[in-house]
Amino acid sequence: MKNWWKSGDPWIWLTAASVTISIITVISLLIFISVRGLGHFWPSTIVEAQHIQPNGSTIRIIGEMWDDETVPAARLRDNGIEVEGNWVKRYLIKTGNRDFLGFDFRWINDFELKQQTFPQDLIAVERKEWGNFYGYLKAVKEKNQIIAEGKTAWVELQKRLQRAIEISEKIYAIEKDQIGKINYGLERLRLEQRRLQLNNKLEPAKLASIEQRKAVLNEKFAELNEILGKLYQKINRDSLSAEIMDGRIVDISLAKVIRVYQPNTMSLLDKMQFYLMKVWEFLSEYPREANTEGGIFPAIFGTIIMVLIMSVIVTPFGVIAAIYLHEYAKQGFLTRTIRIAVNNLAGVPSIVYGVFGLGFFIYFIGGNIDQIFFPEALPAPTFGTPGVLWASLTLALLTVPIVIVSTEEGLSRIPSSIREGSLALGATKAETLWHTVLPMASPAMMTGLILAIARAAGEVAPLMLVGVVKLAPSLAIDTYVPFIHLERKFMHLGFHIYDVGFQSPNVEASRPLVYATAFLLVMVIIVLNITAIWIRNRLREQYKTLET
Amino acid sequence: MEPTKKTSPVITALNQPATIRRRKWRIFKDKLAAHSMTVGGISVIIAICLIFFYLLYIVYPLLMTPNMDKQHQYTTPKLEAGETFHLAIEEKNRIGVRFTKQAHAIFFDLNDGKTITDYQINIPVGTNITSFAVADLATDVIGFGLSDGSVVIVKHVYDLDYSEFETQDVRIIPRIEYPLGEEPIVIDEQAQALIQLDIQLGEENNIITAITADNHLKIKSLAMETSFLDDTTFVNFDDAETGELLLQATITHILLDKEQRTIFLADEEGQISYIDINDITEPTIMQRLRVVEIGQEITAIEFLTGDISLLIGDSEGRISQWFLVRDDNNNNVLTKIRQFHQQRFPITSIAIEERRKGFVAADNIGQVGFYHTTSHRNLMLEALTESPLTHITISPRADVLIAEDKQHNLQVWHINNEHPEVSWASLWGKVWYESYQEPAYIWQSSSASNDFEPKFSLTPLAFGTLKAAFYAMLIAVPLSILGAIYTAYFMAPKMRSMVKPTIEIMAALPTVILGFLAGLWLAPVLESNMPGMFLLIFLLPIGVLMFAYIWRYVPAKIRHYIPAGWEATLLIPIILFVSWLSFTLSSPLELLIFNGNMPQWLTSELGISFDQRNAIIVGVAMGLAVIPNIFSIAEDAVFSVPKHLTMGSLALGATPWQTMVRVVILTASPGIFSAVMIGMGRAVGETMIVLMATGNTPIMDFNIFQGLRTLAANIAVEIPESEVASTHFRILFLSALVLFIFTFFLNTLAEIVRHRLRRKYSSL
Repeated sequence: MKNWWKSGDPWIWLTAASVTISIITVISLLIFISVRGLGHFWPSTIVEAQHIQPNGSTIRIIGEMWDDETVPAARLRDNGIEVEGNWVKRYLIKTGNRDFLGFDFRWINDFELKQQTFPQDLIAVERKEWGNFYGYLKAVKEKNQIIAEGKTAWVELQKRLQRAIEISEKIYAIEKDQIGKINYGLERLRLEQRRLQLNNKLEPAKLASIEQRKAVLNEKFAELNEILGKLYQKINRDSLSAEIMDGRIVDISLAKVIRVYQPNTMSLLDKMQFYLMKVWEFLSEYPREANTEGGIFPAIFGTIIMVLIMSVIVTPFGVIAAIYLHEYAKQGFLTRTIRIAVNNLAGVPSIVYGVFGLGFFIYFIGGNIDQIFFPEALPAPTFGTPGVLWASLTLALLTVPIVIVSTEEGLSRIPSSIREGSLALGATKAETLWHTVLPMASPAMMTGLILAIARAAGEVAPLMLVGVVKLAPSLAIDTYVPFIHLERKFMHLGFHIYDVGFQSPNVEASRPLVYATAFLLVMVIIVLNITAIWIRNRLREQYKTLET
Repeated sequence: MEPTKKTSPVITALNQPATIRRRKWRIFKDKLAAHSMTVGGISVIIAICLIFFYLLYIVYPLLMTPNMDKQHQYTTPKLEAGETFHLAIEEKNRIGVRFTKQAHAIFFDLNDGKTITDYQINIPVGTNITSFAVADLATDVIGFGLSDGSVVIVKHVYDLDYSEFETQDVRIIPRIEYPLGEEPIVIDEQAQALIQLDIQLGEENNIITAITADNHLKIKSLAMETSFLDDTTFVNFDDAETGELLLQATITHILLDKEQRTIFLADEEGQISYIDINDITEPTIMQRLRVVEIGQEITAIEFLTGDISLLIGDSEGRISQWFLVRDDNNNNVLTKIRQFHQQRFPITSIAIEERRKGFVAADNIGQVGFYHTTSHRNLMLEALTESPLTHITISPRADVLIAEDKQHNLQVWHINNEHPEVSWASLWGKVWYESYQEPAYIWQSSSASNDFEPKFSLTPLAFGTLKAAFYAMLIAVPLSILGAIYTAYFMAPKMRSMVKPTIEIMAALPTVILGFLAGLWLAPVLESNMPGMFLLIFLLPIGVLMFAYIWRYVPAKIRHYIPAGWEATLLIPIILFVSWLSFTLSSPLELLIFNGNMPQWLTSELGISFDQRNAIIVGVAMGLAVIPNIFSIAEDAVFSVPKHLTMGSLALGATPWQTMVRVVILTASPGIFSAVMIGMGRAVGETMIVLMATGNTPIMDFNIFQGLRTLAANIAVEIPESEVASTHFRILFLSALVLFIFTFFLNTLAEIVRHRLRRKYSSL
């Protein structure tokens, strides 16, 4: 034993344990996020059970089993509940029906839960507001007249729901696209008028033309409003009535329903189909109900747009700076200092960049742009407020050291014999750079760019100051002239996680969505990083052969 | 050129005009590229430097000393209407008003002193004015005490006329209003003159308090009532509450606070009486104490904005701040907080700033001194005139000062005093804030009310930053450095090529995800499994060592199945098992020792307060975020220790571990040091994790079970709602600058050390 200690072997084992712990943590973290994130979309069965109240009576509980935990019985005894034994298992049941029951989650102790069954005809309804609904379908109604009851109700419901969804899509198209366009046009006319007024060029003829265009738009608006009114009447025609857990029969207008399903009767294939549909909805739809339901399309879109703009800015500047430092600058104390400084900037906290972006880009540059180019909109700021352009610029600044360092590394890996060969053949320095050095260094630049993108996609703190919002009413690219609106605020995957996870009114209900978002973000970033590492390794292999 | 070369076809070709042109064009392109690269490169570098300079540029105004410049001087407008007793300026700094001892309100143009309106205030015929009172400045209410024991209350109001807004500026029309009606309010039934007076009008209640000629303190409280019909409010004169108190000394000043709870009386003997009027009908003197040195007298006394602190000026130019402090017996005791002694002559008038805790004092040799209480700064001292100043007033925005001297000259000064609340002491030291029992380090930047005292102590934030970094490093340093040593030195190359990228991937993991997992998942899990976590820390090394010991006695045949350098894989099941064991034992252990609830036990038995999102959570989450950074650099440092050193050591008979400790670590220690520095820099500046995994409470407590707030998280939380160019905004920039400099310093240190190391290796 003593010898063993002396040999130092135990220490080696401890160092081995450190690596193992780190690896286990990383991998289990990834697995944990994947399981939680991917599990969210699977349709879970609905349970019906009797909940024994402290006074002996029972109430019926219908809902999804959401979570469970084991707590010491002592804690319950402290709260005045009589329990035997040391441990109590309890379940978190999502009972849904927030509008009828007041709250949609409840903890129920295992011993109070009896007669768990999974009735086939329980339905789950996804709604546009108030979260999920669980209950028994009783009837389908048209203008409060019962159309179908019992078994036929389910079939009838499918048919009528299809119709309601089609109308709802029409309404959405009118409200979002056409009326949105009119409002945008009216706003532009208002600004035009104000601009002319500010420049003292508001002649009667111009005013008349503006007024006329306004009138046209308003007329169109009235027309659309009329159509909308009719559609609303149509969509509110049908409703379903269902029995909820406390025995009440309630009506739900089909206008509010997104989909209805019977999870307890679904086969594995059905469930898989449902799963894929939910994943697609998650990726392609807008969020609903304060981001706790629906999809995250705007966040994905915002992240991509921001990263794209950032790449467009960061690549040329980063590469130029690296070429300057490596090829043109005189290698001496100053260049070495600059190199160290650039390297260090990668370690400066990102929030500092956010503060800089807020002060310099938004208040200083943006404020001045507003004064010069958009005086008609003042005091409402156009560029003098957080937006996607400023966020991209801030992140470009944040990631430019990464690109510089990576590109320089690539440049320094190119053997000088290649440069010298090119120069000896009579090429100028610029030609050497352009035709030999840069192509060879391009994978390094690529690596730098990918690392920069990965960093930018995961960065949240600076974005909170320079342009990210919890809910962006419109995307940065749309069908209105000039199509790209860089001054707009945007949504971002990372911020979405923070916002939904921490600022949401209904944390419990939104948690799975956060895991799903986190999973998506992690996947994107890991794929980007692995690509970068792969390119880097291939690059190294390439030059190894050159050097020999 | 030599003639022989003319014949060479190459030269001929080279000298053809097209070739020359082309060559010139190429050289031009080369030059252009060189210049544009230089310009581009340098501008990127400048852009990066801009961050530092811009932060500095925003922070710089905090350091500027205030100054003032004279705008106008004229004789007091409408001197014939009587001596001034109060001066005021309206919000836009265009109109001033002078209330005189003959019941006139004279509104004048601040720029030229021309009278705009001379308003005669209605007082009953046959009476004259014997005392004056200025209510809370924000209300613009003035009271006149009359010789017949009644009081007239007026308010100066400024109507804005936007009718000609398109062509010229807003017009301001001043007028006088009687908020409690034009009828004088009787305070003394015996109709004695009111010698001293103070009033406060509130939304629910109004109090008038006065000293009568026979030295009685009279208090009258008039409640506001809301009409049931149209929601308007009116004063209920019928149910007035009154109180009375006979006084001994001769009172020179009376002050009633705007909360209408206390009255302070200053008397000729230099003493202050603190009177509690929570019950109007029974005013009680709670305390009477001397506030100036013997031989001195109280020459001026004023409430600091907020009506919590008293500012007392004496005849030697000292100004002291006092407020009620709750002592150990739960009694309010008037306590001296701080003193300013910049001026040397009797203070004649104190003007307080309406929205900040600053004030201006005038003395009888014509000087004014500017002060700020929280930062305890003597901001500036300026001689305005030779003769004594009788009245000074500062505008609501604290940017214009008007002063009247004994010769009836009125001066208007513009003041440049943007950030008086900042001083080294107020940022980093303990400050005795209003209503606190003792000096403290507090960060509390904003509140809804206008007269709130902002508390800008960066100390708790810096402390929180270091606390979070400390706990993160406590977890990250051992794991990552030991791990790096094993990976670089003992691990099989093949395994190393898998392990290194895996850990490096973690560096790219968005911190928002770590923060979210820590805050929403880890925090509740750890709260209910606390003993398990401590058990894990304890059992892990023991378990690993036990396994290692047993492994020695496993038959060699089995042992040799595991190739050298793959031992770490053996530990995977061991570690998983130990973790599972600890967390399974957690609940029984909790039941056995901690009554089933460790957090509660900590609070009740040990008196340690417990937050769910505490320093452990931050330590774990941020530790995970920092591990890859430290690991990667430390691993590089250990790995690049020249092989001949280790070979030599091993050849001389040292065991691998001895070689490790005596040769490798020693050689690589600068690299390891720089790895730790870089990890530290990352931990200090990390924002999202601390934002999500702590309660963000700016407290100074090293307790591992409590939350914290870091500089970075503070910026993220507060900057979006801070007003641009305000002191708060600049202080947040200052904290960003502090973070920038601190991390830049750490990183540079690390980088320099690493460079040295690299050079040393290449020479070895």
